Amino acid sequence: MRRTRLAKRRAEQSAFSLLGFLSLLALAPLIVIVGYVVVGGLPAISWEFLFEGPSNMMRSGGIFPALVGTFLLVLGSSLVAVPLGVAGGLYLSEYARPGFFTRLMRLAVLNLAGVPSVVYGLFGLSVFVILLGMGVSVMAGSLTLGILVLPVVIAATEEAARNVPDGHRHASLALGATKWATVRQVVIPGATPGILTGVILAVSRVAGETAPIMFTAAAFFLPRLPDSPFDPVMALPYHLYVLSSEVAQADPKLRLGTALVLLTLVLVSNLFAVILRTRMRAKQGGGGV
Amino acid sequence: MRSTLSLRPGPRPRRRATEGRQAELVLAGLASCSLLALGLIFVFLVKEALPLFKSYPFEDFVRGLEWQPTSTNVRFGLVPLLAGTFLVTLGAAVIAVPLSLGVALFVSEVAPKRIRELLKPGLELLAAIPSVVYGFFGMVVLARWLQGVFGLTSGLNAFNGSILLAVMALPTMVTLSEDALRAVPESYRNASLAMGASRWETMIHVTLPSARAGVAAAVILGLGRVIGETMTVLMVTGNAAQISFSFFDSVRTMTATIAAEMAECAWGTPHYHALFAVGAALFLITFVFNAVADILLRRGARG
Repeated sequence: MRRTRLAKRRAEQSAFSLLGFLSLLALAPLIVIVGYVVVGGLPAISWEFLFEGPSNMMRSGGIFPALVGTFLLVLGSSLVAVPLGVAGGLYLSEYARPGFFTRLMRLAVLNLAGVPSVVYGLFGLSVFVILLGMGVSVMAGSLTLGILVLPVVIAATEEAARNVPDGHRHASLALGATKWATVRQVVIPGATPGILTGVILAVSRVAGETAPIMFTAAAFFLPRLPDSPFDPVMALPYHLYVLSSEVAQADPKLRLGTALVLLTLVLVSNLFAVILRTRMRAKQGGGGV
Repeated sequence: MRSTLSLRPGPRPRRRATEGRQAELVLAGLASCSLLALGLIFVFLVKEALPLFKSYPFEDFVRGLEWQPTSTNVRFGLVPLLAGTFLVTLGAAVIAVPLSLGVALFVSEVAPKRIRELLKPGLELLAAIPSVVYGFFGMVVLARWLQGVFGLTSGLNAFNGSILLAVMALPTMVTLSEDALRAVPESYRNASLAMGASRWETMIHVTLPSARAGVAAAVILGLGRVIGETMTVLMVTGNAAQISFSFFDSVRTMTATIAAEMAECAWGTPHYHALFAVGAALFLITFVFNAVADILLRRGARG
């Protein structure tokens, strides 16, 4: 009896070690990929690389137009996703009553988040590019990406609004404020850090998405900057794809440098969002799960 | 709180009520945009897919064994693309499901708080890496490595895609499984421990079975992501549209087909409509995955 208990204990210890090992294994790709891109990409980074256009059939030069293009797409899609997403999240948390319409809306948000990104690309192509005549452009790409990240902003806003304590709402209503005044002056300020976290996550998602912009916004090679929202742009993720798959003799340093800039943008904004959220939760006394 | 809120004499109550109503209506209107978007996506996929079947029989699309969009005798058979998606997804599932279960159990039941607080942001960063960066890594590093280890002529194959997609599915699977494990009431664990079961036995025989609906939902949602993933598979699976059951063969998935061919085909041609038909099929598959996961989560929530 004693011995079997000891044996059980040992078996349990080794099982737990195995689980710990699996967890390390799961994080290994993060370290390997980030390490590879950072070590390989750093030598490529220079003033010229960041602020000059590609030259010599994209076999040399920099990434400036792609950097600007990604910035424009992030800005444009935020203009779509932030107002719609914040309104949607506030409606779900403050106004929606249980019922058919609310259930349908939640189901839509859930499924919207599960639609493959390339399908968004098809949708953007048929509606914005062709039907509405925007052509392959910043405008069409921003609208497509804006819809793509809508669920992220909605979910973050709803969670943040729900974490505003009911006591604050009641205090405001008891002082004679209307529901809308309460939402505007109590709920929204209280939920701002959470909403901001969601927006940052959405932005980093937009910056890295390739498939939705391949046929709605991205230009293969365009050394000049766009003049209007209806011009196509280069974009960092698509540029990395082009350099890797389509340009036969691209300098490997160019690819790694592009990957490093993209990865830095995405990971730094994500890290920022994670830190913001952790501090927010700590402020709420660790209760905000 | 702002003092202006209480000190300012408000407008007459009646006007306030209509103002509040207007605000609610505006918010509801903006909120319905997501519903509208989902509906429009489906409508436009179908609308753009339908013209294909005027010139190409629906039966041949669904059951056709060849995908040859540009030869003189065009073939738009979905089966090789479905087979490619299936093979890559199967491989990813075999790698990701046991791994993510192990990690979820570790994070939720075993790991001390400090390690947990290191692991979770790590997984989040893993999820944040853009798919095109995974694809780039797969092409340049993993492909060469696979080529050397297995003595292949090319490392761009289904196996390469499966490995990367497994890594990409991990964060979703781990996070949602962990949520499900955490939702199991502490009293279940305590009852099991009080009966003399060890922590390991409690985990395997009590906690995990109680959370099975949520864990299943996590796996299904993770696989839904895998099926819809585009850039990584486009870059690393070699893209030969053939029916194959070997992980070391080049395959082409539904997503990769759309991404690779849409840029080159002319709008309004049968090829264009065929790619929308593939997109519609993809949409339906992921929709079913999401719906099943939703049902499982609801069942899990009911207990």
